[in-house]
Amino acid sequence: MTFNIYDFTSFNQWIDKTLYDNLPSFWALIIEMTLIGVAFLLFYAVIGLFLVYAERKVCAFIQNRVGPNRVGPYGIFQTIADFIKLLMKEIIPINNADKFLFNLAPFIVIIASFMAIAAIPFGKGLHAIDFNIGIFYVMAVSSLGVVGILLAGWSSNNKYSLIGAMRSGAQIVSYELSVGLSMVTMVILAGSMQLSEIVEAQRNGWFIFTGHIPAFIAFVIFLIASTAETNRGPFDLAEAESELTAGFHTEYSGIKFAFFFLAEYMNMFIVASIAATIFWGGWMPLHIGGWVGFNHAMDFIPPFFWYMGKTLIVIFLMMWFKWTFPRLRIDQLLKLEWKYLLPINLFNIILMALVVLMGWHF
Amino acid sequence: MEDIIINENQIKQEEYIVNMGPQHPSTHGVLRLKISLKGETVEHIEPHCGYIHRGIEKMCERLTYQQIIHLTDRLDYLSAHTNNEAVCLLVENALQIEVPERVKYIRTILDELTRLASHQLWWCAFGMDLGALTTYFYGLRDRELILDIFEETTGARLLQSFNTPGGLMNDIHPNFIKKVKEFIVHFRKKLPEYDELLTGNVILRERTNDIGLLTLEEAISYGVTGPSGRASGFACDVRKHHPYSAYDKVDFKEILYTKGDCFHRYKARVEEMWESMKIIEQLIDNIPEGDYAVKMKPIIKLPEGEYYQRVEAARGEFGVYVLSTGEKYPYRVKFRSPNFSNLSAINKLGAGHKIADLVAIGGSLDLVIPDIDR
Amino acid sequence: MNAILNYLKELFGGIKTLLTGMKVTGYYFVHPKEIITQQYPENRKTLKMFDRFKGEVTMPHDENNQHKCTACGICEINCPNGSIEVISKQVEKADGKTKKELDVYIYKLSMCTFCGICIKVCPQDAITFSQGFEHAVFNKEKLIKTLNKPGSSLKEKVKEVKEVIE
Repeated sequence: MTFNIYDFTSFNQWIDKTLYDNLPSFWALIIEMTLIGVAFLLFYAVIGLFLVYAERKVCAFIQNRVGPNRVGPYGIFQTIADFIKLLMKEIIPINNADKFLFNLAPFIVIIASFMAIAAIPFGKGLHAIDFNIGIFYVMAVSSLGVVGILLAGWSSNNKYSLIGAMRSGAQIVSYELSVGLSMVTMVILAGSMQLSEIVEAQRNGWFIFTGHIPAFIAFVIFLIASTAETNRGPFDLAEAESELTAGFHTEYSGIKFAFFFLAEYMNMFIVASIAATIFWGGWMPLHIGGWVGFNHAMDFIPPFFWYMGKTLIVIFLMMWFKWTFPRLRIDQLLKLEWKYLLPINLFNIILMALVVLMGWHF
Repeated sequence: MEDIIINENQIKQEEYIVNMGPQHPSTHGVLRLKISLKGETVEHIEPHCGYIHRGIEKMCERLTYQQIIHLTDRLDYLSAHTNNEAVCLLVENALQIEVPERVKYIRTILDELTRLASHQLWWCAFGMDLGALTTYFYGLRDRELILDIFEETTGARLLQSFNTPGGLMNDIHPNFIKKVKEFIVHFRKKLPEYDELLTGNVILRERTNDIGLLTLEEAISYGVTGPSGRASGFACDVRKHHPYSAYDKVDFKEILYTKGDCFHRYKARVEEMWESMKIIEQLIDNIPEGDYAVKMKPIIKLPEGEYYQRVEAARGEFGVYVLSTGEKYPYRVKFRSPNFSNLSAINKLGAGHKIADLVAIGGSLDLVIPDIDR
Repeated sequence: MNAILNYLKELFGGIKTLLTGMKVTGYYFVHPKEIITQQYPENRKTLKMFDRFKGEVTMPHDENNQHKCTACGICEINCPNGSIEVISKQVEKADGKTKKELDVYIYKLSMCTFCGICIKVCPQDAITFSQGFEHAVFNKEKLIKTLNKPGSSLKEKVKEVKEVIE
């Protein structure tokens, strides 16, 4: 069995076959699930730590600063040191808080982001589960996180938290629409909701190029709406440190705070990967229809790097927004959604349908 | 939460009391605002002062006039030089001492540099209040250059205590003129960047337009002065209407707006930075030769009587009232601090708006809390 | 129709202002040379404060361990915070006369506000500001400093015309 970094399908099948051949099917299933769980947990931790570091460095460079540079060369171990600090911190009990919900909330938030990451294709054949309604599934589970935020705000017996949670509720309920509709626009072009098939459909050019105008509009809307969905600036009203101190996670400390913190970065990673997958071809290398030599040269770069590169570029865009713009007010946030994004989105779907119907796409 | 005394009659059933401060990121200090909310809407704001009360006015009663100066630094620490100057002018006017022209010019230049530094800090803090954190570093980056100029000449970056009755503590540093000119060239390039980043930004416009309206009558009756008052059309620039130091020799525009919302308060300050640079440019090349101080008696005794001197600090009219009985200590000192009057209008400005607007209003008033409590 | 035009104008105008802002931050992101952070404490060796920087009050001693303080106490009277305490002693001279001399010059750094009045009023220019700024200590007692070195004495007045203080 040779290991192929360009196609994981055979590798996965080999593991699957070996396990089922040697073990009863129940234990084989358990082992497979554990393996995937451990792999994702590691991935999650590494990505979380890296993104926190990246955010701090990016914002430092934007702000004419150096950023973390004390722990390790260029401060690369800074987030690890922070994480150790958070682990050792006291978990402060809150008077009159609803203990059960207060403890449950960070887990809901983090589980929602875990579930969403399962469906994302990192490379050819490299995904935990390949639903035929992948996009639908991702949308469904990623919106579960708001339940955790609402619970956190409600149960921590703090007025700022409650206001933050309510803002977050209103915000995510509205922006879910735009995220969904902009994804639907791309589903029209792809003709499938299965994420692996969407990637395959971009074999001859990424959707952002083949779908031209409507795809680009959908991408911009997706970027705005998904930034809002992850509660990041300029839509970080749920946290809004200058207004609500820290919003819904004001009362959390130690590892429970770290969960919220990690979940925020993972949600950012997830929406960026979805954007990369449905607009920029996911792990698909840059292919231009007809240029055989060029396409072949591009294929030499492993798909995983293509995927990570695209995701990181989208993440960088989101960081760039955050460190440039002032925060919106809650009514303006809703106005932006209902007055601008939603009508443009609906119009865009019609445009995309027309493009697909008339075959105007490349 | 038990220690918050709430008058039951004032509060309706659905109201929701939130304490903003004394520790809160957007009150820029230890100001406590008791706000009653209805949903996100602010119904009533009640400022509670006194968390940083140090009894400076009382302390002044046991200090000589030279010693009072270093306490005025600690009122509005962002316009320290201007506050110093108020006391010095008061003593000089009371004793009818004519200070050399050189002193007047240097004082005016330092005044305007102080104003620039203060407005830069306001600009970055205002951006940060609204959630644009990057502005903070851009503002501080340029402010640092002014502070370096201060440090080289006065020996301190923030609390300079550079004035003394009769003149200045020291002559300007030989590098002063060169450095100020370099700074003006630098800042003329950087100030348009402020506009690109924040002033033009559609989110900032939406956040500040029509928020916290203050009419001219209200501004006058609340005594809102400085850029905040001038944004409502209140022509209250002491530099223009009661010139002191070298302000009668320079040509500058009093920035007046009419609407009195957050955006006009913002604009008034940004425009004032341009005017400040204009004033400095007019003076920096013409500093006359001469002494940097007149010889004063070691113990200054003001003649019996009441004295009042006002200057234009970065946030508005700063006044010093002294009641002297002819001793070397003043009998009573009262500071008319601009922030206290500006804060008094906050309920008028903020009621009926959202919480986020209250933060923007607080930022646009540019409050410095030690100046409120004294 | 006009409404739609306005709507579009508002939309694209807004997007344009956002892009202008992003241009500024983007410029600084790709220009690391604009970074202004000082690498303190790495630059401790090269970091030089301005001459007039008011770090802390010191009393310069010459090579013979002599200072210029005559223990007149003017600085103590003028200090607004009581950070200076001048303790003098009576010393019997060779010619039999007793003379007031400085015993201990106590300077409480924790109370000093660096207003500079003491240095301005000193008739002998015996005290100056030093440029040190690293005042952090673990014990508050260490902030109470004795400025005259042990065994130091008053510098004999050399008869020369002292410059008139302006």
